[in-house]
Amino acid sequence: MAARVLVFLIQRLLLGVIVLLGVSVTVFALTHLGGDPAAALLPLNTPPEDVELFRKKAGLDQPLPVQYVNFLSHAVRGDFGQSFRYRQEAMGLILERLPATLKLAGLGMFFALLFALPFGIISGLNRGTYVDALSRVIVLLGQSIPGFWLAIVLILVFAVQLRWLPVSGSAGWQSLILPAIVVAVFPAATIARILRSSLINVMNRDYIRTARAKGLSPTPVVARHALKNAAIPVVTVIGFQVGVLLGGAVIAEVVFAYPGIGRLMIQSISARDVPVIQAFVAMTAIIVVSVNIFLDLIYGWLDPRIRF
Amino acid sequence: MAGSTRAFVSDDSTMIDAGNAIRLSRVTPTLPARKRARIDVNRIKHNLPVLIGALIVVSVIVCAILADVISPHDPTAQELGKRLLPPSFMAGGSPEYLLGTDPLGRDTLSRIIHGARVSLTVGIAVVLLSGTIGVTLALVSGYRGGKVDLVLARVADIQQAIPFLILAIAVVAVLGANLVNLILVLGITTWVFYFRVVRGEVLATRQEDYVEAARVIGCGDGRIMLRHVLPNVSGSIIVIATLLVASTIIFEASLSFLGLGVQPPTPTWGGMVSDGRDYLVDAWWVSVFPGLAILLTVLGINLCGDWLRDKLDPKLKD
Repeated sequence: MAARVLVFLIQRLLLGVIVLLGVSVTVFALTHLGGDPAAALLPLNTPPEDVELFRKKAGLDQPLPVQYVNFLSHAVRGDFGQSFRYRQEAMGLILERLPATLKLAGLGMFFALLFALPFGIISGLNRGTYVDALSRVIVLLGQSIPGFWLAIVLILVFAVQLRWLPVSGSAGWQSLILPAIVVAVFPAATIARILRSSLINVMNRDYIRTARAKGLSPTPVVARHALKNAAIPVVTVIGFQVGVLLGGAVIAEVVFAYPGIGRLMIQSISARDVPVIQAFVAMTAIIVVSVNIFLDLIYGWLDPRIRF
Repeated sequence: MAGSTRAFVSDDSTMIDAGNAIRLSRVTPTLPARKRARIDVNRIKHNLPVLIGALIVVSVIVCAILADVISPHDPTAQELGKRLLPPSFMAGGSPEYLLGTDPLGRDTLSRIIHGARVSLTVGIAVVLLSGTIGVTLALVSGYRGGKVDLVLARVADIQQAIPFLILAIAVVAVLGANLVNLILVLGITTWVFYFRVVRGEVLATRQEDYVEAARVIGCGDGRIMLRHVLPNVSGSIIVIATLLVASTIIFEASLSFLGLGVQPPTPTWGGMVSDGRDYLVDAWWVSVFPGLAILLTVLGINLCGDWLRDKLDPKLKD
């Protein structure tokens, strides 16, 4: 069994590497999208002779495939070049601010599950009732609210009117709450929705009827038999929501002036600091791919039919 | 009497109600007339969400088309003497400016009405573009299978490894922010939404007898894909397209909010929310109303999308 898990893990890791190779092509393409990569990689007012020198030095006069291999060999070592705004390694800048974003995204995912699990379960077990209808309305609202606007409304209510929480910054845990809520709303609604439908589907299955027929009371039927089976599509959606969460974090970090990688990236745009943007895109892809490999392992535990 | 029963049954769309109607009309032949009125009320109640959704969507479309006619003011006309006027229902508000004015003295309502144009244009254009790419690739991938399918599935994995909003921000940041770039970026990155679902359905449809029959009588692959497979997966395509319009409007608004969307002076809802950020304490309406417009529009589209999902595609039902 352990050996099988190992083989499975290696397979998933290899697949992850292939995906990241694909991502690297996209990230590499970012420098060439705007036309002249030298212009993209240098500050706006660089003198022409310096541009020429840079072109030679950075190998931009070579054919594209050579340039890509060059880029990749640096990228795998975490070298995305120098940020010309901060005069530091681009990846170093990202890594400095990564813990803040991970804290925000982690708390966001926690909030999302905290909301989604009860809503999804209650709604799914009471299909067609008023509780279900109400919960569906809330879920639909959650899927329709633009995050940046919710952030502003939350600031208005909790920071400006009630003065319960700070408007922005990163001082203490209080400053994390509002951004984490903003980041959590869309994933929460989506997860609750999938959990509801998955649970409705599972509750109609024969093994649930059998469990009930043999006299199990409702709580263990739901907890032991239904939820574990209903969780499989939910895990898939959670994997997808990691990306949504990271995208939402960019917005939340900007509105709440929270010092994470998303805010750094947006600040880099006005300076056309392409290395930082590249390192940022690469880092988010690495996070998404790693979380999904982890979730793939959870599948096997949830559903023994999936063989490692 | 038989005639009235038949009319009644064909009148009704749902199986259960039709069954009830038959049973009732057999027991008490005089009842159907009264019963019909009651069921109609039920049907309206049942379809209330989609009716509200459709009403919102139609209103937004009308606003976008007739923006120049129905706007009370020029959306870009600045009147600095009238800056940050509160909405007319608040103290100090003017009846001329129903939802107040922004920091440059422009009418919020007129700007919201005009803002519908960018949101809908981007929403619809993106969905058509990504639909064309996603459905074509899904048809080829699901129908052909083999190496093509393997490669395209990996490409979809790669696409999904980079969060949409983040890729869109990065590409627009490098390419420059304007309407065309926005549509291209969002249209090209969102094809996977179609690809995953449609590919799965094509795989299932490929096994059907009618596809086999078409092949036996000598239809070419292209004809089978377009005439036999595509119509059978069109239900899911319509549902995905509808829900994707909603997501795209939020994506577009988010980019505009960050200053990476359609550039001023063209009014966009996201841009308007951003305009009010520095005035939250004194002039909340500048940010709040345009955001409400986004919320309502997206909610309306989602309500329609959910209804379509139930009607068109039992497999997508969640």
